[in-house]
Amino acid sequence: MDFKDIIKPENLVYRRSSLLTDKPFSYCPGCGHGTIHRLIMEVVEELGIQEITVGIAPVGCSVLAYEFMNMDMQQAAHGRAPALATALKRLMPDKYIFTYQGDGDLAAIGTAETIHACNRGENIIIFFVNNGIYGMTGGQMAPTTLPGMPASTCPFGRDVNIMGNPLKITELVAQLPGVHFATRQSVHTPRNVRRAKKAIQMAFEVQKNKKGTSFVEFVSNCNSGWKLSPVAANEWMEQHMFPFYPLGDIKVDGNLVTK
Amino acid sequence: MAKVRGAIVVDVEKCKGCGVCVPACPQEVISLAKEVNGKGYHYAYMNKPEDCIGCANCAIVCPDGVISVYKVKLDN
Amino acid sequence: MGELRLMKGNEAFAEACIRAGVDAYFGYPITPQSEVLEYLMSQKPYETTGMVVLQAESEVAAINMCYGAGGAGFLPVTSSSSPGISLKMEGVSYIAGAELPLIILNVVRGGPGLGDIQPAQSDYFQATKGGGHGDYRLYVLAPSSVQEMADFVLIAKEMAFKYRNPVMILSDGIIGQMMEKVELFDPIPRRTIQEVEKQAPWATTGKKANRERNIITSLDLDPLKQEQHVYHLRDKYSQMEREDVRFEEISTEDAEYLLVAYGSSARICQKAVDLAREEGIKLGLLRAITLFPFPSKRLAELSNQVKGMLAVEMSLGQMVEDVKLAVNCRVPVEHYGRTGGVIHSPVEVLEALKSKIIK
Repeated sequence: MDFKDIIKPENLVYRRSSLLTDKPFSYCPGCGHGTIHRLIMEVVEELGIQEITVGIAPVGCSVLAYEFMNMDMQQAAHGRAPALATALKRLMPDKYIFTYQGDGDLAAIGTAETIHACNRGENIIIFFVNNGIYGMTGGQMAPTTLPGMPASTCPFGRDVNIMGNPLKITELVAQLPGVHFATRQSVHTPRNVRRAKKAIQMAFEVQKNKKGTSFVEFVSNCNSGWKLSPVAANEWMEQHMFPFYPLGDIKVDGNLVTK
Repeated sequence: MAKVRGAIVVDVEKCKGCGVCVPACPQEVISLAKEVNGKGYHYAYMNKPEDCIGCANCAIVCPDGVISVYKVKLDN
Repeated sequence: MGELRLMKGNEAFAEACIRAGVDAYFGYPITPQSEVLEYLMSQKPYETTGMVVLQAESEVAAINMCYGAGGAGFLPVTSSSSPGISLKMEGVSYIAGAELPLIILNVVRGGPGLGDIQPAQSDYFQATKGGGHGDYRLYVLAPSSVQEMADFVLIAKEMAFKYRNPVMILSDGIIGQMMEKVELFDPIPRRTIQEVEKQAPWATTGKKANRERNIITSLDLDPLKQEQHVYHLRDKYSQMEREDVRFEEISTEDAEYLLVAYGSSARICQKAVDLAREEGIKLGLLRAITLFPFPSKRLAELSNQVKGMLAVEMSLGQMVEDVKLAVNCRVPVEHYGRTGGVIHSPVEVLEALKSKIIK
């Protein structure tokens, strides 16, 4: 049987979510943002909640997320997405509201908005993409840059005595009573993608049940910022990022996960 | 026992040739083309189409969502 | 006749927000405007009209909550005093850029910096010339009584939707804190979500199958498109200048000299006009009610009638620049005013008129 005979509509088992627009992602080749966009929209599509979901885009590489997700979206000032989401959810409590933020947006300039939205237990989802660097502005040090890791504003590596330590904000917000679900995922292998999608589904389930804030971190790559090829970047991420930012659930059903 | 055959379709013009799909494939079906697309990327293609099992691993790790997957079960 | 009450200006504003059918208030405490949030929380409008009231973690968060609410077609309100308004300015610029409705109250205190908590009018530039970044304007209303602290909420609501633009009510510590008799307008019901979607088809309330997705953003990376967007904003501001200038004239019919003032300073000037007239000086007052758009046209007309103008404001002289631009050197224009939280007296205003204009 020739493979061309397999390619028929009735044999289709996987396709790009119909809730993504036709516009090609503006992300660098291999960037995890695209995979995460895809997964979120797959879940929204499968739940059939496009008409009652509003997303908030950040400032950073994913500032144009609204160009790719075919749904109503707002684009926030740098770091302020949880404030926008707070207002939207309180005015429209029956709609699904999520933010999509990078590490600079969420864990540096927007730390106050992040922590207070979580502490109020706003019934929203915060998707947090952590690649340890400022991608869009050209590879500067992020709040999550690893000790010793070079960036354009710490070209000799992050010296924690001068620049402070990287911030594990997911562990931090998991301590807050308002946070019902906190998890850390990645999307660089098929197995991790499947797990990440389950985490996204869980987050929407939490919002449906009005249980409080869901905080879903994705440890992701930045090939351009890390100056590695996409596949090498994923290997570097496994070797360096995961030991510092271990994958897995941190808080489930309002209870911290003990390891 | 039923044999499974699969096939993928890559949206060549949207593929950025990142290569993340290559190690994701358990059957080592996928390679990057020597040729480039309109954007200058070495796009992904099935180098060994007969080995594809339609597992969709490549598609679900594809950051740009340019891979569609097809699968059939064949009776021996 | 509407319900009569004795209220502080800040309380009258808050009560008017509930009665005007405002959808949400987000704020952060700062003297001398904290009564707004206190009053709202005491009235619990979330149990009656469904209005959302939330004390945010900062002025920055509060203004960005307003962005979210406005982007979904709702009418949000925030309030603060000078240092807090400075913090909000980033968000105000975004809201102006994204063309969202908003009412923002500034109960001005002395500055710069933390300044003091006494009344001042030294935020005129910030309110009328920008404050945040980029080519934008706010529609700026200046109340001079507790009554207007209530009534101007209705004007602000109308303007916020007419122009899809933030409206600032530029008050000060006198009007915010003093108590006066207020006649309250009858409550207007809040819009339902269906009415919100009808009035604001651009709002992000969830993409329906029968329309394209709605995007709220102030970003356009294409400079030619961004330029077109700014031209579109400019056209709105020009329309404000044509259609929605507001001012009040007192004793201008036969005036030989003119005071120009706004807000609480205009009330002081009203007394100065009386004192001058007792001395036989034909003095009039133009009270600007909208600071943007500024009553430039009327001032230009009056410059053909009077011998000189004194801009009286509790600052080092900010509005005076707009008066000079309007008058275009046809007659002398000078500034007088105490600043840093000090309030000038009618006698001081009259003496300044004599020394700077009449001579």
